[in-house]
This record gives sequence, C-alpha cells and structure tokens, in this order.
Amino acid sequence: MQTYDLESGDLRCLNASLHAQAEATNQTAWEVVNPRGSHAIAVGLDAPIEVNVKGSTGYYCAGMNKQATVHIHGSAGPGVAENMMSGTVIVDGDASQYAGATGNGGTLVIKGNASSRCGISMKGIDIVVHGDVGHMSAFMAQSGNLVVCGDAGDALGDSIYEARLFVRGSVKSLGADCVEKEMRPEHIELLRDLLARGGCDAKPEEFKRYGSARQLYNFKIDNAY
Amino acid sequence: MTMKDIPHDGPPRTDPIQSATFSNPVNAEIRRAAATGIYDIRGGGAKRRVPHFDDLLFLGASVSRYPLEGYRERCDTNVTLGTRFAKKPIELDIPITIAGMSFGALSGPAKEALGRGASAAGTSTTTGDGGMTPEERGHSTKLVYQYLPSRYGMNPDDLRKADAIEVVVGQGAKPGGGGMLLGQKISDRVAEMRNLPKGIDQRSACRHPDWTGPDDLEIKILELREITAWEKPIYVKVGGTRPYYDTALAVKAGADVVVLDGMQGGTAATQDVFIEHVGLPTLACIRPAVQALQDLGMHREVQLIVSGGIRTGADVAKAMALGADAVAIGTAALVAIGDNDPKWEEEYRKLGSTTGAYDDWHEGQDPAGITTQDPQLEARLDPVDAGRHLRNYLNVMTLEAQTIARACGHNNLRNLEPEDLCALTIEAAAMARVPLAGTDWYPGKAGF
Repeated sequence: MQTYDLESGDLRCLNASLHAQAEATNQTAWEVVNPRGSHAIAVGLDAPIEVNVKGSTGYYCAGMNKQATVHIHGSAGPGVAENMMSGTVIVDGDASQYAGATGNGGTLVIKGNASSRCGISMKGIDIVVHGDVGHMSAFMAQSGNLVVCGDAGDALGDSIYEARLFVRGSVKSLGADCVEKEMRPEHIELLRDLLARGGCDAKPEEFKRYGSARQLYNFKIDNAY
Repeated sequence: MTMKDIPHDGPPRTDPIQSATFSNPVNAEIRRAAATGIYDIRGGGAKRRVPHFDDLLFLGASVSRYPLEGYRERCDTNVTLGTRFAKKPIELDIPITIAGMSFGALSGPAKEALGRGASAAGTSTTTGDGGMTPEERGHSTKLVYQYLPSRYGMNPDDLRKADAIEVVVGQGAKPGGGGMLLGQKISDRVAEMRNLPKGIDQRSACRHPDWTGPDDLEIKILELREITAWEKPIYVKVGGTRPYYDTALAVKAGADVVVLDGMQGGTAATQDVFIEHVGLPTLACIRPAVQALQDLGMHREVQLIVSGGIRTGADVAKAMALGADAVAIGTAALVAIGDNDPKWEEEYRKLGSTTGAYDDWHEGQDPAGITTQDPQLEARLDPVDAGRHLRNYLNVMTLEAQTIARACGHNNLRNLEPEDLCALTIEAAAMARVPLAGTDWYPGKAGF
C-alpha cells in the first residue's frame, strides 16, 4: 500500500506518481489522505490500480480515468469521473454537478445523491446513483446507462440521444424529446447487472425506463414551436 | 433604359425607386423564409462589409525611420507559443497557423492537405469538433487539439498526442452558439467518432458540460495540465464579443495563449442571422485584447493569436502591428486548397450558387471535395497537391509580411507596432486606435 499525504505533498507529485504506474505494476494499492477538497486528484490514470481517497474531493476527481478504480471515501466536487474511458469510480457520499459528464465508458457509482446535470453528454459510461439526481441530468446523453434509485429532478434527459435512463422514484419532469419507454426483459437483465455492479439491492422491476422519442434527430420546422 | 425612357402617352412619370431597406435580396430572403419556415443555414463568416484591415495602411520608413533591405536583410518570422506555463511550448517558423476545422465538416483529404501544407510551411494545424484523426495527426508536425463543449472524440490518449490544447469557449462566426453538422455529412466514420446515430442532424453544445465561468475554467485548465503533465500549451479561444474582459479572464484562468476570432471567421454551418448579426469585427477586437494583456503585464508572456478575415501578408502584418503574436487562417486556407475555385462554376450554378459565393458547406455537396463526406466528391481533392498549394500560399503571406516589416524598419515581424499604421476611415481609426491618415487623431484619443 502506497500512502500519499496531500497535506505535505503536492498534487503534481501525486498525479505524476500515479501516471508512472505501468500496466503490470505491483504497486496496485494507493491511499490518498488529507485530500481537503483538492481539485484534479487522480486524473488521467491509465493503469489497473486502486486509489482510495480518504476524504472529500474538489473538481474533476478521476477525470478521464482509464482502467483504474478510484474510491472516494467522502463526497465529490463537480465533474467527478468526467470523460471517464474505463475503470470504476465510487463515491461514498454525494456528488456535485456534472458527475460522469461526457464519460465514454467504465462505471461510476454514487452512493449518496448527485446534483444537477449528472451524466450530461454521457457517451457510453454507466452511472449508478443510489440516491436522487438533480435537474437536467442526462442532458444530450448519447449512450450508456444512468440508473437513479431515488428521484430525478426537472428536465430529465433533455435532448437525449440513445442513452438509457432507469429511475426508481419520481421524475419531476422530462426534458425535450425524452419519453417513458417499455421495460422489456432485456432491460431488466441489463439493469440487474448495473445494480449489482453498483452495489445496490434495489429490484429492477421497481424502475421505469426513459429514452429518446427520436423526434429531434432531424430538423423539422414544427420542432421550433 | 429606365422607365422614363420607355415611350408612352401622357405626362412624365416618376422613376420606380428600389428601397434601400427592402432591397431585392432582402425581399428574396423574406419570400424564402415565408415559403420554407426555416432560417437560412450556411457556412463561412460574415459577408457584410465591416471595418477591416483594408482600412489601415502602413506608413513605411521615412527620415525618422530606417528601412531594411527588402530582399536581403534578416527579418525573423518565428514565434513561440505557450511560454507561460507549458514545459513544451510550440515553436513555429511562421506566425500564421491553421484554425480549427473538424473532420466531419471537412473531408479526410482536406484535413490531410491542411496538415501537409502547414507542416511544410513550419506551422501548426488544429483539430475541430469531432476529435483527432490518425491521418491529421500523422500529417501535422504541430497539431493543436481542440477541447470543445461537445467533447466528441475527446480522450486522454489523443490529448497526450497533441502539441497543444485549445479550450474553445466560442468562435467569431457564432459567439454564444453551438455547432451543427447536418445528417447528410454524418457518415459511418463521423458517426462512430462522435458516438451518434448515422444520419441525424448533430448538434454541438454551446457551452461546456462541466464548467461555467472563469473560476471553473481555471480548475478545468488545471485538470488538463495535470493529465498532460504540464507539457502542453493551453490556448483559450473566444469569439470576438468582449475582448478586453474575455482576454483578462482567460489570462486569470491560466491560459498560455488567447485565440481571438472576429466575426469574419468562418464556421462549417450556422444560421446566417447569427453570422451576420452577432459578434465584433476582427479589427475591433485586437486593441482591447492587447490592452488587457498590457494591463496585466502579460503582453508577449501570454501570446495572442488573432483570426477572422486574414487573407494576405498585409493582414498578418497589420494584426501583428496591433499587438498579436500570430494569426490563424481558416477560410483562406480552404480557398488555397481549392474552395470556390472557378473551375467548378458549372457545378456551383447547379447548386444555385456561383464561384466566390458558394457557402452551403453544411449540405455536403461541395464540388471541390473539401466540405463533404461524399467519397466521390472528396476524391476530387488531391491532398498532396492541395497541401503544396497551401504551403505556397503560407510562404507568400510570410514573404509579404516580411516585405512590409522591412519597409517599416523591423528585423522581426513581432516588432511591428501601432505607430507603423494609419487608418483610412474614422471607424477604423477608432477600432485600431491608430491615427486617421494625415492626422495625429483618432476617436477617443485624449486631448481632442
């Protein structure tokens, strides 16, 4: 176990050390203590390592992550796991705005609530939120899956493309071109896997599925009204 | 012949008078809008006449200024971008870069040609919305990777392959607007790169998904630097709107380079009303931006790249005399590789346009094979030959700028200064803050 103290060490050294881990590194377990809300912790990782951040983080923790598992033992600031490519990011607490924004792959698990714009422009990432998500979540979501075990705020899935949204609780309102869709057996199976990966014991049958009505895919004059 | 000249019985008649306000082109657009219900979408930048570099003149040497020999004496053109924070600044042989244009908006051969031409001339080219293609990375010795609101194709591997990163806040053709790529141009490859269904009208967001405002931008730049080990110069590109404050805020956020794009700067596609009615002319942007850099003590430490309507070495020299460190060209580069070439006139006419006016770049039917994804059309563009044309054009612009600089007594393009210029119009004098020709006055100058 490698331990890095952000109270005595600086961010650049931490990230440089994490970037230096090769594919076959033996130093797979890392612990970051005293994060004190620092920004850009463990960004751009590209090795199968596990980084445990013992506390809350600022903006963009685990941004553009590949392969690594980053576990935040606290809450995460805006843009956690933004543009993630692969790997896993776990937030024990709540996540601020833009969690998982533009993520291309991997799994983001938020055990608390997520604020507004969770999964904005997501491009293949899977996001499991144990609590609620704020307004404009999954805005322009292109692909991937967003699972919300609690409630969703206003304008869920506005201008959504092909992402799948699963919500167990209420949806305050749906955004433009986002509609409720049939929950077919393949979606139940998909959701079962997502919930298992997210460490959530909710039942897939309790969820509703939302997605694109595909009415905004090509410009029509009547869409302007 | 006028109506008055037509023989008729009766007293003389009033000649029919066309309205300057409701001109024939204006009325035609009203009729088109009424018939279709859709605003006009087109490519390119502002076509209206606005104060521009043509409204400035160089004074040249005189008794008080000593010129350099035009063909022999050294006049340096190199520029280094990213000296503020980046461990690996970009060294360019000439201060003329190629602006961001996407694969998707442009064909693969066109992107290759831009890379070849820029590399041969010793300068950089830039990706666009849609990500980095292996072809353009391979053909560009210096490649700037745009970080756009859509994040199409964005990934850390390409980020690390780039020579610089350009965070795009806006562009001159449509400051405050997002992008669009209509379904005709969403080929299999474009769709795959953008992770979108084929054939849809693809929108690019107008604002970034994970930051708002200058304080967030500072943290975003920190993240990008951390991911790339502080190696890459980070540019911030803004459309010409509030150049003083945008430049100041970009500097505050930690930019190495500010890219400032005036309203003549082109776009692949947006609404005509947006292009013609939003944003500032390039000429109006430069001095406020330079003022912001000077007020912060950052002029030359943070480099300024100006774009939007740069066509000649004279434009390059004028932009640099006003304080820019370099310029970027987009539309001019496309013309150099064959856009709007008269040899396609017959085909332009079939598309309802004519040489020099063709701007339906979004429709993917470009006869020149540049703004298209049609395999047959794009095969018309030979990237090697087109790249050679671009290299030649860049070389000519550089020679022209050197000619002017030497005539003004400078051994480096960077040494050109506002005192080398005068303005032909009061508007240009006010915007460029150089005296009206034959006077020592410009609007706003104290003491008048």
